[in-house]
Amino acid sequence: MYAPEFDYYRAKSIAEAGELLKKYPGAKLLAGGHSLIPLLKLRLASPPALVDIGRIGELKGLAVKDGKVRIGALTTHAELASSTELRAQCPALAEAASHVGDPAVRNRGTIGGNVAHADPASDLPTVLTALGARFESIGPGGKKTITADQFFQGMMATALGEHDVLTDIEVAAQAAGQGGSYVKFVHPASRYAVIGVAAIVTAVAGNCTSAVIALGGLVPRPVRASSVEKAIIGQTLTPDTIASAAGRVSADLGDEVLGDIFASAEYRRTVAPVWVKRALTKAAERAMSQAAAV
Amino acid sequence: MATSIFGSGIRRREDPRLITGAATYTDDLSLPDMVHAAMLRSPHAHARITRIDTSRAKKAPGVVAVFAGAEIDALQAMPCAWLLPNSNLKVATYRCGACDVVRYVGDIVGVVVAETPYQAQDALELVDVDYEPLPVVTDPVSANKPGAPQLHPDVPNNEAFHWTVGGGDIDAAFKNAELVVKERIVQQRLIPNAMEPRAALAQWKGASGELTLWNTTQNPHILRFLCSVVTGVSEDKLRVIAPEVGGGFGSKIAAYPADFITVFCARKLNRPVKWTESRRENYQATTHGRDHVQEIELAAKKDGTILGLRATVWAGMGAYLSTAAPGIPTILHGLMLSGVYKLPALKEDVHGVYTNTTPVEAYRGAGRPEATFMIERMMDKLAAELKMDPAELRLKNMIPRFENGHSVVTGLSYDSGDYPAGLKKLLAHVKYQELRKEQADARKKGRYLGIGLATYVEICGLGPSQVAGAIGFQGGLWESAIVRFHPTGKVHVFIGASPHGQGEETTFAQIVASEIGVDVGDVKVFHGDTDVTPMGWGTYGSRTTAVGGAALVFATRKVKEKAKIIAAHLLEAAVEDIEYGDGKFAVKGSPDKAKTIQEIALMAHVAWNMPKDVEAGLEASMFYDPPNFTFPYGSHLAVVEVDTETGQVDLKRYVALDDCGPQINPVIVEGQVHGGVVQGVGQALWEEAVYDENGQLLTGSMVDYALPRADLLPNIEVLSTVTPSPHHPLGLKGIGEAGTIASTAAVYNAVLDAVAPLGVKTLQMPMTPERVWRAMQQAQGRA
Repeated sequence: MYAPEFDYYRAKSIAEAGELLKKYPGAKLLAGGHSLIPLLKLRLASPPALVDIGRIGELKGLAVKDGKVRIGALTTHAELASSTELRAQCPALAEAASHVGDPAVRNRGTIGGNVAHADPASDLPTVLTALGARFESIGPGGKKTITADQFFQGMMATALGEHDVLTDIEVAAQAAGQGGSYVKFVHPASRYAVIGVAAIVTAVAGNCTSAVIALGGLVPRPVRASSVEKAIIGQTLTPDTIASAAGRVSADLGDEVLGDIFASAEYRRTVAPVWVKRALTKAAERAMSQAAAV
Repeated sequence: MATSIFGSGIRRREDPRLITGAATYTDDLSLPDMVHAAMLRSPHAHARITRIDTSRAKKAPGVVAVFAGAEIDALQAMPCAWLLPNSNLKVATYRCGACDVVRYVGDIVGVVVAETPYQAQDALELVDVDYEPLPVVTDPVSANKPGAPQLHPDVPNNEAFHWTVGGGDIDAAFKNAELVVKERIVQQRLIPNAMEPRAALAQWKGASGELTLWNTTQNPHILRFLCSVVTGVSEDKLRVIAPEVGGGFGSKIAAYPADFITVFCARKLNRPVKWTESRRENYQATTHGRDHVQEIELAAKKDGTILGLRATVWAGMGAYLSTAAPGIPTILHGLMLSGVYKLPALKEDVHGVYTNTTPVEAYRGAGRPEATFMIERMMDKLAAELKMDPAELRLKNMIPRFENGHSVVTGLSYDSGDYPAGLKKLLAHVKYQELRKEQADARKKGRYLGIGLATYVEICGLGPSQVAGAIGFQGGLWESAIVRFHPTGKVHVFIGASPHGQGEETTFAQIVASEIGVDVGDVKVFHGDTDVTPMGWGTYGSRTTAVGGAALVFATRKVKEKAKIIAAHLLEAAVEDIEYGDGKFAVKGSPDKAKTIQEIALMAHVAWNMPKDVEAGLEASMFYDPPNFTFPYGSHLAVVEVDTETGQVDLKRYVALDDCGPQINPVIVEGQVHGGVVQGVGQALWEEAVYDENGQLLTGSMVDYALPRADLLPNIEVLSTVTPSPHHPLGLKGIGEAGTIASTAAVYNAVLDAVAPLGVKTLQMPMTPERVWRAMQQAQGRA
């Protein structure tokens, strides 16, 4: 597996990365390399140049401030999965990061590279959609903030411009009585999500006061399960109300359900309620134990 | 000796270099002036080549040469080395480079040689080839029908061979049957996935006309012979070296066109040429395994006594016959079809069929997993039909204990076995009745647990050379060993077999240490170099220890006999009065009058005081041809839970009981069982090479082809019984393939057992969530 020829530039700053992107038309940003390098080796992509942003310090690390979690684009999946702060403030995201690939992938792959690649079967786009994440980038027009529902535009497509550098991702920290989860039907070969479900639930005295559910894996871009959300909000959280709400997910999937030789679209559509039920159940349990702890 | 080195679970001496990355594989080698080859492979499964233009590629940066079509036709056609008798075998011409027609995606059309592998890869895209597509057929049943696309002009219905095996009165068996159970089984095509892809490095020394080929092979001596036939370099001027080889599982038995094209390029260019396949290329062009469609009927009495088994098998062979391919779905399969049972009658028809797919070869177990699955599936089906416990049905039909030969309906004579004892020990270990109760209780709570059994006996230690000849194997099947002492009492062992991960550098040192009283650390084992080691037939079919190990025992014992003569001379005693024990050669009754083997080795080398007519030095060689095969056996049990909402299967428990005779190193045995079991579970649950209707491999990489992963498997419990082979000097039988042979059937039976209460009667492998879910839906009338 040999990549086609390309030029390599290493950017020392975000500004320099932007300049290099402008200077070399068609150049691609290289962060952890765990999406881009396989594409090159399979010769599915042949950019004339790579701009390596992997060593730009200001793009690394995560911080919690004023109820917001700010995550630098170069933060690795392993850092997300093992961060005690993130586990406390945003457990669904930490859980999703722990499901990405294998240890080698998690040690090198970054959240920014992952979302910019926008693989429909990837874990982080789904959970970031449920969390209502805000994506900050710097481009020729200056700073830009894009919300999750706008950011993921389709299969392998985002709202980032050709010369934009994704810098930070911001999500709300967990509120009192809130619980989050991410469950995944894992493809046994690729380890990507056949179906991935993220759920964020708020419970007050056993009642669901808010719920956000997002699905990935079986759709070209993450979708909100608004029918399920509507059905569960205002209900007492019981196995029956959860199962009944989860059953409505087919209305949220749209016409473009993905299928492959491992799991057909029909099958994915039919078992999707099971996975929604499991994510909701887990999030509800966490929300209720959170509420009890408060 | 207080603690015997034989039977001790010492650590594998191979592991430090493998684990730390210090091992040297073929691709790690680099020679001065070396260039890199890349194979141009057909993107079509079946097409006529109408034009090849290499001119653009020849001008690309770094390109040294491009050869295609007639230019590589100087090489002889690929030989098939297993010429099945009485089968109307038709070996279709298998050119190293296709000149006129390509017959599978991956068939070689040409080769680019460049200064770097990157440049070679870039230039491949500049070779212009025009293809005229031809109709494609990929499954063996369709390909065998009249009117199917024809792969080779002289092979009607694509039938490479029609082989039959039988014994007993099969018609009477079915006439007297009180019931007959039938089943159609697809043993899907698998990709062996050795961790190291294949590679070759060829160095031509023009001045002397000598060639060295470093290659990822399981059998360097066979490769030397085949390379000589195909390339025309005579055997004495050809050296084949198998450096570290990272697994093979059968896929590195065959000789491959790419290896010989690499040799061809090295000769043409008079520069060392290296070729290493990519993983994608490995999936397309390194041999696959299995690919059977089986139709089976089992005749029985109502009390569970089995009377006869009749089967027709279509075995997909791929586009050409790989080196040993014809023997796999026949000799190594059909002859083992009666398994561990008293089966009075048998008839099997095997149709080997050419299809527009990658050639099929041995894959761990090679024919025996396919046979074991058939009989074990049918035993469970019969048990279900009779509402009998599957363990009870098996015990009822098992061949009772035998110690020295038992003839079965296929004509083989098994060496030794106590099949009921093994199964009973397994059942006791898992507390079988309690397990069944646990299963019943779980069902009441809506949980679907399944328990699956598989028993097996395999044919290993291939084998007597006389039999090899009779069954059309174009070679011998003996093994060789040289045991050479050095003056300080250190030992070098040279073997003809070629281990590539199995651990014989360790276990063979244990054999020598235990036979002759040297420290195991003083024995070094050499293998895998035709200029260094004696001729041997290679490592496959669990034969290295069963045959090569025996050769080593006898060579060591020859050394011991000579040592005894020298000891007698030095101790001024009669040879008959010298006895060996605990590393010493002592005069009977006078234990103080003794010489150690180290003292004898030194005296044999300085040769100051040798007995009359005894040569200096201390070494011996042995070429050992076994009188029979060995027949390891065992019983395995799997426990699964099926998630009825999604169809997902969770393998909760796996227990393997194997009898490979005495164990040289129980830790290595356990490792072999673990690896084997996992590969068999892979077939049951995850693995399948899928072609589309155009012959494109849809599972073309590890992203689509699901290999077993550690987190999807339970701890494997390993048990054993010990029944020595009567004809091996140490009683050893072999353990390399056992796990794979039993585990596919055990897991299949467990999954079906779990969902049988829902009305599911049959399942298709691999048992993916969707397939299990659909089977449940169908059984419940919801699909």
